[in-house]
Amino acid sequence: MAEPLISFKDFSFKYDSQAEDTLKHIDLDIYPGEKVLIAGASGSGKSTLGRVINGLIPHAYPGTISGSCIVNGKEVADSSLFDLSFDVGTVLQDSDSQFVGLTVAEDMAFSLENDQVPQAEMRSAVTKWAKTLQLNELLKNSPQEISGGQKQRVAMGGVLIDESRILLFDEPLASLDPAAGLASMELINDLATKQNLTVVIIEHRIEEALHANIDRLVVLQDGEIVANDKPDRILVSEKIIELGLREPLYLSVLRRAGIAIADCQQISHAETITNPAIAKSLKSWTRDVKLNQADEKKSNLLELQNIKFAYDDGKNVIDNVNLVVHRGEMISLVGQNGTGKSTLSSLITGFLTPTNGKILFAGEDMAELSVKERAEKIGYILQDPNQMISKTTVFEEVSSGLVLRQIASKEIQGRVNKILKICGLYEMRHWPISALSFGQKKRVTIASILVLDPEMLILDEPTAGQDFRHYTEIMSFLEKVCADKDLTIILITHDMHLMLEYTMRTIVLDAGHVIMDDIPAKVLTNADVLQRASLAKTSLYTLAQRFGLPSADDFVAKFIESERRAR
Amino acid sequence: MAKNLFVGYNERDTFLHRLSGSTKLIGFVSLSIIGMLTFDTRFLLGIFLFSVILFWKSKIKFSEISFILKVIIAFAIFNIILVYVFSPSYGMSIYGSQHMIFGDPNHFFNLSWEELLYLFNVMLKYTFAVPLALVFLLTTEPSEFAASLNKIGISYRISYSVEITLRYIPDVQRDYRTISLAQQARGYEISKKANLMTRAKGAIQIILPLIFTSLDRIETVSQAMSLRRFGRHNKRTWYMARRFKMADYLALFLILLIVIIGITLFKVNNGRFWNPFK
Repeated sequence: MAEPLISFKDFSFKYDSQAEDTLKHIDLDIYPGEKVLIAGASGSGKSTLGRVINGLIPHAYPGTISGSCIVNGKEVADSSLFDLSFDVGTVLQDSDSQFVGLTVAEDMAFSLENDQVPQAEMRSAVTKWAKTLQLNELLKNSPQEISGGQKQRVAMGGVLIDESRILLFDEPLASLDPAAGLASMELINDLATKQNLTVVIIEHRIEEALHANIDRLVVLQDGEIVANDKPDRILVSEKIIELGLREPLYLSVLRRAGIAIADCQQISHAETITNPAIAKSLKSWTRDVKLNQADEKKSNLLELQNIKFAYDDGKNVIDNVNLVVHRGEMISLVGQNGTGKSTLSSLITGFLTPTNGKILFAGEDMAELSVKERAEKIGYILQDPNQMISKTTVFEEVSSGLVLRQIASKEIQGRVNKILKICGLYEMRHWPISALSFGQKKRVTIASILVLDPEMLILDEPTAGQDFRHYTEIMSFLEKVCADKDLTIILITHDMHLMLEYTMRTIVLDAGHVIMDDIPAKVLTNADVLQRASLAKTSLYTLAQRFGLPSADDFVAKFIESERRAR
Repeated sequence: MAKNLFVGYNERDTFLHRLSGSTKLIGFVSLSIIGMLTFDTRFLLGIFLFSVILFWKSKIKFSEISFILKVIIAFAIFNIILVYVFSPSYGMSIYGSQHMIFGDPNHFFNLSWEELLYLFNVMLKYTFAVPLALVFLLTTEPSEFAASLNKIGISYRISYSVEITLRYIPDVQRDYRTISLAQQARGYEISKKANLMTRAKGAIQIILPLIFTSLDRIETVSQAMSLRRFGRHNKRTWYMARRFKMADYLALFLILLIVIIGITLFKVNNGRFWNPFK
């Protein structure tokens, strides 16, 4: 076999700011032309491993190294960040921050500018890569004018232009909607083959990442490699679930239907997995599972009647939306970026005023209520907790809404402590917020809204960027408070797992219209709606079609229900 | 959008749009300097006329700049009034003669032809540079700013920070809006309903998270830049830089000529002031 392109030998690393090693005795060889997926829960050290490969460790993150890591013949610790950047092109998780130019073309040429390449050469290189990445129409566009998927392609262009042999992706799926994520994985696969690249993908969403035709799966836990093999060999067992990661859905459903994955072939894609027994077992399993009848209809909490909204330019962003939300529902609101999801939630919370129509809350017209007054009924929680937190300790932050409403400090004490207990934050009430993890911060922001005693919450992408364990933690917490306090919740999301597993109803918005309002299983098996909402079909749907199940949505609904019962 | 902020670039095809950004920047800076130094009314009138003609030639629509223009005019008038109020007889001490319109030279408040000429000069200084600055800003692609700054000798690190600022202003504005809405929902009143103190407190609640979010962003951006070798060499090339063409050399020659005339006038006038009262 050829020499490895990246080679870790007994490599350990400790950040100066931390007490323990983040990476422990890593031995890992990556060979030219391989596509390697490095997976692991948050805190497993997978991002740290990536930073070693591109040289940010030790050059931007000081710490103690032992052992060696050689990238294309260069010892990482002894080479400069600049030298390494010729070998490794990095696409960061946040491709918006990676976009440093004012236009697409300038950003792609950025590294060439720094290498003092003459203008004519830069132009031809940009043209070449823009063509490969289908960006030629966008060369003069600003980063604000293009989509997340396009930004990621610009980021790829910006590093491929160096002709580096290794491409490193840090959580490439985190900031993309499902359709764009899928396209991105397929593009990576295609580029790797055509350009003869070695690809390292750091990602915890294994099922989606496998679409890049991964050759090898490396799983990290607590800084150590706990699995390193072909994806097929690892996925056979339920090991990755024990490691806090999510197993591909199609494998879970097959296990549930009593099929031994070890007896199947080509198991790393729902499109390829084969075993003569699958069709029969799935059919009989679907027949045997009975769906619970939907609960009795509860009272109407929020009603939107003929809502229209237009900005100054006169075009309707929200066009005649009629919607009823019942008390106690957990609903997912989905749709492509820019189809009016955030406009709709701004209309409900009162940041915007509809140009036409009425919004009723528990039968009362909300038109006269100010933003502050509405906030006592409907809480709105942003995706990024850092954008909401403005105090230094947990208690201060959670109490601030009450303080502003001039409530007696005795009552504040009582109410805040009660909420902190519900949210599992009571022990941390005096902690500085900077000491909290992302998930804990998220809970703080939810607690600081819950303390106002709202009847409804709107959460924007509550689980974005969270690994399976934290995702489950946040969602079971929400489920619990939802039941305890009889809350009604609307989740604005792209996460199809979230829709399926936790919400009873999905509202799909497209160009300001509600195009579908049904149970998630039906939405996720409707090809036309999926495409218009920039979602992808789930692997369950693929299975249902491949193995001739009578009804795909019935199958999906049954699987989800059996999962819920197991939970 | 970065391009539409305050006053923004507009793609049109005039000879000013075709000039390299560096030429326009050099022209703007050197005419401003010579104009600020001199008090020769004839020269100031000359470059005022020159810059108005350029402005007219650039085909910039009045509506695009009406707001900023109003701000500048208000500021200039305010400034001239203050200059007069603080020292009404300064003109006489400069020109060394006393042609009174009213009042007594020995009293504090008076008005002389000398003072009027002095104030007229000051006003010209404020106004002549405005069309020039607008021409520079509105006929140069923002992408070319950094390259132009670098070309006239400013270090590329500083020049690029201009570009990065233009790049991220819209993002920070978006963050600001998001944070502001979330804080208002919590109960911070920043609308006109609340008193000034409450509004100021509310603003702090927005600015703190904004600063923290921006600091995070800065860290990622600087890593992204060093991963693509920003700062590796002492020089860099620019994708958007424009090569100097014949028109640029002609323009630079014209600018040089105007500057030389300005300097010659210092000699002729024996100093910075042209004195018609002698």
